[in-house]
Amino acid sequence: MTTSSTSPRPGYRRDRAEQERGGLLVEGVTLSLGDGDATVTALDDVHLDVAPGEFVAIVGPSGSGKSSLLAVAGALTTPDSGRVLLDGVDISRASAREKARHRRERIGFVFQSGNLIPALTALDQLRFALDVAGRRAGDGYDPRELLDRVGMGHRARHRPHQLSGGERQRVGIARALVTRPAVLLVDEPTAALDRARSDDIVTLLAAETHEANVATIMVTHDHDVLHHCDRVLSMVDGRLSE
Amino acid sequence: MFLAWRELVFARARFGLMSGVVALIAILVVLLSGLSSGLVNDGVSGLQRLPVTAFAFAEGTKTDSAFSRSTVNVSQAEAWKGRPDVGDAAPFGNMLVNAKATTAAGTQVPIDLALFGVEPGSFLAPAVSDGAKLGDPDGIVVSQTVLDEGLALGDTVVIDRLGTRLKVIGTTGDQRTFGHVDVAYLPLRAWQQVHAGAGPGDEAREGAYEEATAIALRARDGSRIDLAGGDAAAGTTSMTLEDSFSASPGYSAETSTLTLIQVFLYAISALVVGTFFTVWTIQRKHELAVIRAMGASTGYLMRDTMIQATVILAGSTAVGFLAGVGGGTLLTTTAMPFALEAGPLVLAALLLVGLGLAGAAAAVGRIVRVDPLAALGGQR
Ligand SMILES: Nc1ncnc2c1ncn2[C@@H]1O[C@H](COP(=O)(O)OP(=O)(O)OP(=O)(O)O)[C@@H](O)[C@H]1O
Ligand SMILES: [Mg+2]
Repeated sequence: MTTSSTSPRPGYRRDRAEQERGGLLVEGVTLSLGDGDATVTALDDVHLDVAPGEFVAIVGPSGSGKSSLLAVAGALTTPDSGRVLLDGVDISRASAREKARHRRERIGFVFQSGNLIPALTALDQLRFALDVAGRRAGDGYDPRELLDRVGMGHRARHRPHQLSGGERQRVGIARALVTRPAVLLVDEPTAALDRARSDDIVTLLAAETHEANVATIMVTHDHDVLHHCDRVLSMVDGRLSE
Repeated sequence: MFLAWRELVFARARFGLMSGVVALIAILVVLLSGLSSGLVNDGVSGLQRLPVTAFAFAEGTKTDSAFSRSTVNVSQAEAWKGRPDVGDAAPFGNMLVNAKATTAAGTQVPIDLALFGVEPGSFLAPAVSDGAKLGDPDGIVVSQTVLDEGLALGDTVVIDRLGTRLKVIGTTGDQRTFGHVDVAYLPLRAWQQVHAGAGPGDEAREGAYEEATAIALRARDGSRIDLAGGDAAAGTTSMTLEDSFSASPGYSAETSTLTLIQVFLYAISALVVGTFFTVWTIQRKHELAVIRAMGASTGYLMRDTMIQATVILAGSTAVGFLAGVGGGTLLTTTAMPFALEAGPLVLAALLLVGLGLAGAAAAVGRIVRVDPLAALGGQR
């Protein structure tokens, strides 16, 4: 393996030392799903390097393995082989308990259409994420300020069913960022939104990625929003290419 | 805790519905517990209040009919008295009679009595709260419940068919009933006469004045009576006081029926709570997957659900018990056998909450199986 700054791998940008220091590094990850005759190779020797503050988009046909990549990068699944380094720490081989800890402390997820908790107000969605992570509002974590930043300060006391799809997605983004994660993993955030709303959301994601200096991967089918991203990779049959 | 409380408030209609069911069950539990205690009192309070450790019945007596079938000879008390672990032994007569009471006002009311024949001055003779002690040959000391029914000290009771006249001379001041019938203590000799079917003035058949139903035994302080050894020496079949309760008419059938109903209620309550939390967990499956994807540990989620279950169960049991005790207090003033006793009620509350928590815990096991992966790409 070379350590030159010009990477031989699609998906690699930084040199080895930089990769070890921060951000997300997916290294030769392979993942098979299902069993017996139904086994599918969802990820096939995937390499990906995302620096802190970098906004990477992944596009590709349905079933090509995009969500699977997020699952591996987000410590939801254990790959068959390869490594996932988060700020230089390998999270791919951790136990289920440790994976949960990595998720709550260092990883933020943004799901399709927000996936907010119905019982909680917008502000409480953020407070809840802090509670799960064992963090306290105040110790440098400011849910109100973050809600303002995503333009939802005026809806702090609203519950999900009182919010529009775009507003829910903004709250979802704030919830993912409130614990100040190292990595932000975003799965089709605009699937349920119209064009103008989609553009707003991805603009917000780009701004927050740079503002919070987080390594962001966004999976999307929406080619109109790709110009907001620092880099676009495409996935076909479990293989990633520029 | 953060989510548990907010969800309780948010889904208050659903949680309220289940709380309502548990509260209703709690009311039923209180009423049944009161009924049980009441029936036990009505069935065997006369026996419970005897200062007796065990009864020695005629040899070979079966438990279910011991008090109505057994006849012993008073001399068998002597054999028992000689036992080192027996503090005292005395003959005890027991029979049920129908009678008519004539009140001071001259009206006649039918009354059933459980006649307890005891030697005046023996350890079996009852303490009297009002009136005279046992001693008058035809004087009876009655359960307070007799006076509650309208009789007064000085009234006369006439036993049906025999015509034996007994005078109410005293009361024990508390409830003493046997098989739902009020107890009247009378001197053993008078009991023997009635038992032998001899009317007033008649001489009873030969041997009648040697008979009693059983020998009542009291253990020497700090020792346990060796019943088998005593039986061998005295030629009796003995059983402890508690075992003899089953010989009270209807006692076993009533208590086992009520116990069965209560067991069912506890089971229903646990199932209701378990089912509720199972459905609740299944409904929230996607939400739980999202929370797990956010990194919540299994313990975090389980704790939340168990907090909800505890709040619901404690709250609804408290409400149900207050309502049940309120309603039950009204019942205690009626003729219904009903008694609210702290011990059984506390036990019932603990069982209700404990079994409900067990039901919730069984449901909560599902949380372990929620896959955080389901949060990705899911439609919501
Ligand atoms: N639990 C599973 N068991 C077996 N195969 C699975 C499982 N989950 C996903 N797959 C398969 O793995 C492959 C990759 O799935 P993945 O969800 O990563 O695709 P995707 O690119 O996110 O698709 P889409 O754009 O439709 O969301 C697909 O062929 C899919 O059928
Ligand atoms: Mg997908």
